[in-house]
Amino acid sequence: MSSLLFATTTFALGCYAIASLLVLVRLTRGPRAQDRVFALDLLYFHAMLVMLVLGIRHGSDAYFEAALLIALFGFVSSSAMAKFILRGEVIE
Amino acid sequence: MSADVPLWVEAVVGALLVLSGLFVVVSAIGFLRLPDFFLRMHPPALAYTFGSWSVTLAGIIYFSALESRLLLHPWLIIILLSITVPVTTLLLARVALFRRRAVQAADTPPPLTPPQPPGAGE
Repeated sequence: MSSLLFATTTFALGCYAIASLLVLVRLTRGPRAQDRVFALDLLYFHAMLVMLVLGIRHGSDAYFEAALLIALFGFVSSSAMAKFILRGEVIE
Repeated sequence: MSADVPLWVEAVVGALLVLSGLFVVVSAIGFLRLPDFFLRMHPPALAYTFGSWSVTLAGIIYFSALESRLLLHPWLIIILLSITVPVTTLLLARVALFRRRAVQAADTPPPLTPPQPPGAGE
């Protein structure tokens, strides 16, 4: 891989790491449950972005399916948790 | 292994990746610093739209240049996100609103319609 691509993917991954740390602070500190659920959703999203950038960095298509799966799991888990803290049960 | 990608493609892909990293960091800073939950719901929209759009555009450009044909499958990520993210956001906003009404917080807007008497039908 070229040095330009290496530098930019490293920068993007570092940015995602910093952003995940900031979101993690909100996750541990968040005053109410919905803050924590939203922070978890953002962490899922950052993991998905990391997968996409790693796919570009290694020039491989295999990371794309992982990113798609992470996006799906993030949606399902966040909406299930939101439903749970809203109504006390997931499926009524 | 990817020495056959022209330099301008790498420059465009790199610029998009840097842009997405900056957007994600800005949204995380906003998510950490804003004082209220409803205010905090806004900055992640920056990452959900601009962050994911630039990364998937970078993926489309890079893989298309790598295999010398148009590869649009990273677009699936954008489609999936644009369907699922509003659902999650709306659910969490409803959670915050109803839980605030339940504890009768001071700055919570009242319901639009007057509450129905119990047993008036769903």
